[in-house]
Amino acid sequence: MKEQKGIQREGRLTLDFIDEMKQIPGGEQIALCIQCGTCSGSCPTSHLMTHTPRRLIAMTRAGMRKEVLESPDIWLCTSCYYCYVRCPRGIKVTDLMYAYKRLSARDKFGIQKRGYKLGKIFMSVVNKYGRNNELELLAKFFGFANPIGGIKNTFIGLGLFLKGRLPLKTHKIKDLGGFKKIVNKAEELARLP
Amino acid sequence: MNSHCEPGIGRSNPPQEIASSLKAPRNDTKHMEYTYYPGCSLHSSAPAYEKSSQAVMKAIGAKLNELEDWNCCGATAYMSIKELTAFSISARNLALAKKQAPNHDVVAPCSGCFVGLTKANKYINEFPEIKEKVNVALAEAGLEYDGSVKVRHLLDIIVNDFGVDKIKAMVKRPLTGLKVACYYGCQIIRPKTPLDDPEEPKHLEELIAALGATPTHYPMKANCCGGSIMGTEENIGMMLSRNVLDCAAKYGAECLVCPCPLCQMNLDAYQKPINRKFKKDINLPILYFTQLIGLALGLPPKELGFGSELVSADDIVRRFS
Ligand code: SF4
Ligand code: SF4
Repeated sequence: MKEQKGIQREGRLTLDFIDEMKQIPGGEQIALCIQCGTCSGSCPTSHLMTHTPRRLIAMTRAGMRKEVLESPDIWLCTSCYYCYVRCPRGIKVTDLMYAYKRLSARDKFGIQKRGYKLGKIFMSVVNKYGRNNELELLAKFFGFANPIGGIKNTFIGLGLFLKGRLPLKTHKIKDLGGFKKIVNKAEELARLP
Repeated sequence: MNSHCEPGIGRSNPPQEIASSLKAPRNDTKHMEYTYYPGCSLHSSAPAYEKSSQAVMKAIGAKLNELEDWNCCGATAYMSIKELTAFSISARNLALAKKQAPNHDVVAPCSGCFVGLTKANKYINEFPEIKEKVNVALAEAGLEYDGSVKVRHLLDIIVNDFGVDKIKAMVKRPLTGLKVACYYGCQIIRPKTPLDDPEEPKHLEELIAALGATPTHYPMKANCCGGSIMGTEENIGMMLSRNVLDCAAKYGAECLVCPCPLCQMNLDAYQKPINRKFKKDINLPILYFTQLIGLALGLPPKELGFGSELVSADDIVRRFS
């Protein structure tokens, strides 16, 4: 008999993906989902997603780890928390989306995604100064990750600059040493990303 | 076409007069003192918010003591890659706040910071494992944090601690006739709101009405402007911001006020590109709610940071000063 297209063979699934998600603080709620679709219906970007938040949860429970974590859709979450406040089962859907992003980043599924690149660059800037530096963030992000976007954005950047809204001065926090120690220790202690 | 935002279509128009949903304000407004957490944006891309917040708080007699040596809250970007580190750096701020003034609430004018710090607090209090690890990390810098500092948004302080009625009594130049779209965005009202409702909040409208202005009812006041997705998926970000701008303009707003520097950036700096991309003709100055309070209280516009918006608000300033 021919294997049907689109149907997943058990061998290709990661059946303990749901257990992995349950490990994440708040992730244990994933078992409560009744697949009502309220989250997807409330989501401002779900109409652009292949796998909407509801479907990502179904896929997680089915063990489709790779498909979930390499999906560009998880990076379309804007963190608007509509799904979170509306879910009739009290599931913190936004936090699940964050967890997907983090797993995807750690396991290198998402490293080509712009959302990941922005996060990574943001982290490096914050770790360097203790604060964000918008100019450096923009330069690094648009310069290296997305040169075409950078050219378009220089017009906006210039407008902001002329209005004094992109200061050239970098501000470092005083106890940068202590701050870095906290960051390093937290990274070392993290059981999960 | 976003026909869901035509006046008269979609969600019903609530009655124009706003039923009050405010709690009685605190009585001891004489002693309003807070630990002020400006966050990165207020010190760079949002000087108007910083200036107007300081000026208004001073005018209403509240004292803001800036948190000594504060660091970035981590924002949504950090949270998307490393959770425990994000909580730990937020906790550094809260630990410092506790040391600086154990009984003062922390006030954050940026909705992103507000949610970042609040979330760290919530997870530290709810998950003992996180609390323990965060404290091990903090100990590296000689700090500790028990999860007890209260984090609040500036709008919450103004409407709930000081009170809209008191603001109303202080108005010197009522903003009569000014049609204002009150935009909440997401993070100030969701996941947990210090205001009245996570989807249909009214506090900002009540405040704006107290200034003598007319809050414009429009259905998208609590929808998403795109947030940081504007940087990564510009087309999607511009579409989301367009929906909000277009809706506010169609319902007759002359300007829009918001309580968040990221919303202001998206709606203001991207307004021109949005007009170009979607063949629109929107001209909506995007202001901070504190700027309008300041204007109505008769504070000099220069002290309120007017002039740094990309869509000029000169007409409004001229009308009311
Ligand atoms: S709203 Fe909640 S219960 Fe409904 S599909 Fe989404 S996560 Fe599941
Ligand atoms: S928080 Fe993310 S997943 Fe949830 S509704 Fe908003 S954009 Fe969609």
